[in-house]
Amino acid sequence: MFPIKPTDKRLVYLDHAATTPVHKEVLDAMLPYFTEHFGNPSALYHIGREVKNAVDQARKMIAGYLGTQADSIIFCSGGTESDNMAIFGVAKKHAHKGKHIITSEVEHHAVLHACEQLEKEGFEVTYLRPDETGLVSATQVKEALRPDTILVSIMYANNEIGTVEPIADIGREILKWRKAEGTVYPYFHTDACQAAGVLDLNVEKLHVDLLTMNGSKLYGPKGIGVLYKRRGFAIQPLIVGGAQEFRMRAGTEHMPGIIGFAKAFDLAQKKRVEENTRLIELRAYFWKELQKRISKIRLNGPELDGVDVRLPNNLNISILDIEGEALLLYLDEYGIVCSTGSACTSESLDPSHVLLACGLPYEYAHGSIRFTLGASTSKEDIDYVLTYLPAIVEKLREISPVRLSQNPTDNTHPTYLQR
Amino acid sequence: MGQEAKIRDNQGGSWLYSDMVKDHFFNPRNILKAGEEDAYAADAMGRVGSPACGDEMVIWLKIDKETEKITDCKWQTFGCGSAIASTSMLSVMLIEDGGMTLDEALKVKPQDIMKRLDGLPNRKIHCSVLGDKALQSAINDWFRKTGQHDRIVVQGAKVIDATLNITDKDIEEAVLEGAQTVEEVQKKLKVGAANPEAIPEIEQLIRFYSEKYYG
Repeated sequence: MFPIKPTDKRLVYLDHAATTPVHKEVLDAMLPYFTEHFGNPSALYHIGREVKNAVDQARKMIAGYLGTQADSIIFCSGGTESDNMAIFGVAKKHAHKGKHIITSEVEHHAVLHACEQLEKEGFEVTYLRPDETGLVSATQVKEALRPDTILVSIMYANNEIGTVEPIADIGREILKWRKAEGTVYPYFHTDACQAAGVLDLNVEKLHVDLLTMNGSKLYGPKGIGVLYKRRGFAIQPLIVGGAQEFRMRAGTEHMPGIIGFAKAFDLAQKKRVEENTRLIELRAYFWKELQKRISKIRLNGPELDGVDVRLPNNLNISILDIEGEALLLYLDEYGIVCSTGSACTSESLDPSHVLLACGLPYEYAHGSIRFTLGASTSKEDIDYVLTYLPAIVEKLREISPVRLSQNPTDNTHPTYLQR
Repeated sequence: MGQEAKIRDNQGGSWLYSDMVKDHFFNPRNILKAGEEDAYAADAMGRVGSPACGDEMVIWLKIDKETEKITDCKWQTFGCGSAIASTSMLSVMLIEDGGMTLDEALKVKPQDIMKRLDGLPNRKIHCSVLGDKALQSAINDWFRKTGQHDRIVVQGAKVIDATLNITDKDIEEAVLEGAQTVEEVQKKLKVGAANPEAIPEIEQLIRFYSEKYYG
């Protein structure tokens, strides 16, 4: 049967790409803004002004890391709203100049579904197909550009397989196009939710006009996001009402969220180089040991290399002959938490669109497991997983009728299954 | 109309599945271990699904020739928690109390498996349907081997959209995979726009299968 449950059962959280816990320092920074500093930043009296001052400071600090001005930072409710605001905002404001958008097949649904919505409203969207590692090239973007292209949206780093896209190269191609065509279009948006605590976010180096981040991926609170919007062009707001956020996003500021985001972002950016090195080493150990202990596994996404290639915390693998959701549920019983690209965890019952876009066969996508390491992950955690995962896999393979070949092209079933 | 099986939704508590599903998931009954297939002298075998679809099930039966009772049942499943639990429960149902006759076994409906599991989440219903289909395939295998060709149950498919060659079976599968509109059925089947004349019938079938499995 399954391995005996440990007496020292621990929680090994390996789903940091889904969300992260709030850092203690972040929570401490936030708490006074629920009670003590409760004033409305739009108010003129002193308790309002004090809070307004705190928002300004937060904005300035975030802008500093992005190499931009404070008035380019728009707070909103999260990554999804930020993505939506960028895409709908450009599309609705600039539709008279063109109705073509370029994006990729590996984007987050907050981008993809927004684009699909626009298609229903008469826009044309080009979905670039990545290579087998999830990479979209600057050349692909260049070749898809048209005189009526008003927006390009390519993510900075992929949430499922960790691919880091060549945003600066794509940005340069767009600049060249604008110069050659004598136009200000297309605007360039990047979803940097997964990259915000990990990569260099200087928007001048990246040549982006719009950039999305959120709090819940970098040890900040949920319910807070940021859209960076370069000065000098307008987008249509999604939410209207008061004059907050430079009239780009109405509604009383989510003060604890703003303070929490700023603190979390600051901590993450300060520690990122050191933390990236630690995670890359830990992940290399994890993958090396997994390969020793489990047969028939494959790495999904780019090579486990530096931060210019793949997010340091991401390990996405396919374990052949077993189904991801079943594995996930058994691992959960042992306190190990991770995620899968299997169909069974999705509402649509289709496996991960990212893995399929990379050309992974369906049967491999169904057996995919994503481990995303984080600040709390220790070597002991990885060793704990290495103790239980191989035995659970062995058990699931024992009850599985499937015997896939590691080479996707020559998969046949055993003789007793052939008709 | 019998008593409807309870459907759990994902607001139903800390664990998405019932205790019964959990029990069968963590302690699956009547497994035929990989590598022991040839040694197990089964009288009939049925399989359904494929790893590409996300589920594959194989059921082996031992059948008493005289009484037509299922004396033993073993299985293997590639699939999620619900798929493993429903095949396990089905195997228990087939051989308990001295075993079902083939006629009784053919009457087992996905809803019966679900009822014994104290319900499944809505979008997991197709898992129990697969167990039922694997069983039917195994029983057909027996009928074929014993020369009882007239007893083979054939799932006839009727072409609904002649242009795209969509059958009622395709629509059933699409509904089981969560499609609720003509548009979603097309997306599931990866086909273009349906023949306008076929749309009313496709819609009717979507309603029929939605009610059958989720009603």
